[in-house]
Amino acid sequence: MPDQLLYATEAALNGLMAGVLYSLVALGFVLIFKASGIFNYAQGVLALFAALTLVGFQNGQVPFAHLINAVFGTDLHHFGWQLPALVAIVLTAGVMVALAIVIERYVLKHLVNQPPIILFMATIGMAYFLEGFGDIMWGADIKKLDVGLPQGLNETIDAVTFEAFGYGFFIDNLDIVASVVAALLVISLTLFSQYSKQGRALRAVADDHQAALSVGISLRFIWVLVWSIAGFVALVAGIMWGSKSGVQFSLSLIALKALPVLMLGGFTSIPGAIVGGLIIGMGEKLFEFFIGPMIGGATENWFAYVLALLFLVFRPQGLFGEKIIERV
Amino acid sequence: MKDMTEGYTTADGRRIGPVLMEMKNITLRFGGVKAITDISFDIREGEIRAIIGPNGAGKSSMLNVISGFYVPQEGEVWFKGYRRGPMRPYQVARLGISRTFQNIALFDGMSVLDNIMTGRLTLMKSGLLNQALWWGRAEREETEHREKVEKIIDFLEIQAIRKTPVGRLPYGLKKRVELARALAAEPKLLLLDEPMAGMNVEEKEDMSRFILDVNDEFGTTIVLIEHDMGVVMDLSDRVVVMDYGKKIGDGTPDEVRSNPDVINAYLGVAHD
Repeated sequence: MPDQLLYATEAALNGLMAGVLYSLVALGFVLIFKASGIFNYAQGVLALFAALTLVGFQNGQVPFAHLINAVFGTDLHHFGWQLPALVAIVLTAGVMVALAIVIERYVLKHLVNQPPIILFMATIGMAYFLEGFGDIMWGADIKKLDVGLPQGLNETIDAVTFEAFGYGFFIDNLDIVASVVAALLVISLTLFSQYSKQGRALRAVADDHQAALSVGISLRFIWVLVWSIAGFVALVAGIMWGSKSGVQFSLSLIALKALPVLMLGGFTSIPGAIVGGLIIGMGEKLFEFFIGPMIGGATENWFAYVLALLFLVFRPQGLFGEKIIERV
Repeated sequence: MKDMTEGYTTADGRRIGPVLMEMKNITLRFGGVKAITDISFDIREGEIRAIIGPNGAGKSSMLNVISGFYVPQEGEVWFKGYRRGPMRPYQVARLGISRTFQNIALFDGMSVLDNIMTGRLTLMKSGLLNQALWWGRAEREETEHREKVEKIIDFLEIQAIRKTPVGRLPYGLKKRVELARALAAEPKLLLLDEPMAGMNVEEKEDMSRFILDVNDEFGTTIVLIEHDMGVVMDLSDRVVVMDYGKKIGDGTPDEVRSNPDVINAYLGVAHD
């Protein structure tokens, strides 16, 4: 194989893996949008908050340490223990469920029957609140997240490809793990929403609130459930992104990368979020590889958005979204 | 508790049981507008009870009070001999009261089968964890409920459209699917809000037949609201007539038909 093609293949593979990470964030958006028609602006911050909490638990950080120290003049920072990764993850999942209950109780419950734009505004508020709350709770410094996922060059792939083509592909182990986790997550979520009683109730609520009530579905329970699942997906995304680039404020901005993914895949489709993420991930790497040098590089910053724009013009419902047909 | 031993036999020989639900002095206001003023009536087990009246008489409001969508400012609702406190609609549904809507409220994105399966949600017992892992009770339950749903599908003759997304169905069939979903909950009391509105003669006949069959085969008590006087008189055992939020008549179709107040409300007052 000519070198150029080899490099391109490697870039495409890496793009696919990065795309999986975009998909993970997009997935959180799709879940909430499908179930409640809310575009949840806070999804990125949710991932940041989950990652912060996870690191905090793992390192035995004292929550609200700065606040406590400032008020009581103490000098607390750490409990002095290290929790195993698995325990910390379970605890964090618990916190995300608690957060879902709080969100339902204090925000959503009061906004039943409001137009979607109001709910959207509420999620913007939640995003800023959570951002600050996360800071106060766990501190604003950049943290390293290590839950024991394999990282760095995958030597088997390197060796095999070197054997075959005389050029070793660089594939990060973390990216491979992320792909597997994302695949499992999507399969289980799809099965859950298609075949379980709660999944069916969830789709029913998404479709028509009044009808859902009349068949005995409690809206509040379903909302707590949806936000818990979204929190859980945010936790997974937070773990993956946090392991890759550290836990810091910029983590919440990955939500922006999920937007073009959603426009491509369609806001209402779980497979769409995955395929959209893959296309964007691979597209931006290949574009950078082939076209980038001709126009001065750094195309990865804007390529996704331009692609999304084209989709908006030619296929506004996305690849897998439901086409809205107005009956007259 | 109220005495529930009485009952009566209809002209066609069906035995009507004791009182299932009783509305006592219900008054419902929206701001300054009185939608319902001091209305009382009872619904007996096994009965087909109609609520009729001209447009804006408060019929749908009454149905919404029964199904918990509206909470009346005054009056009491008694069900199965107990006074019902203010309840959320989903709690009322779990008591065994199912309903259909005047402007169909189905889940358009879901198939007919899935729509009807939602009707059985309240009857499924397995918990979140079982369902999430599709383990133990969950799988057994799904099969069981699926069988019941298939029976209802056969009963209402909608086998051909089982897998079709509801959004694509014509109006008459949607109404039938909505009835199927309500039936799937195996309700004690079935509320039908204008089940025949907007239907042609043939569809109306089908729907009438289904309503009678449901009452006959499952012994379901039915409360229905309808505009079409002919249909109401043929179907129902007893009729409540409403006008401007007040009750102006209550009795068998024949009694109601000869009630001068009812004639006035429907045909206008005779000026002589």
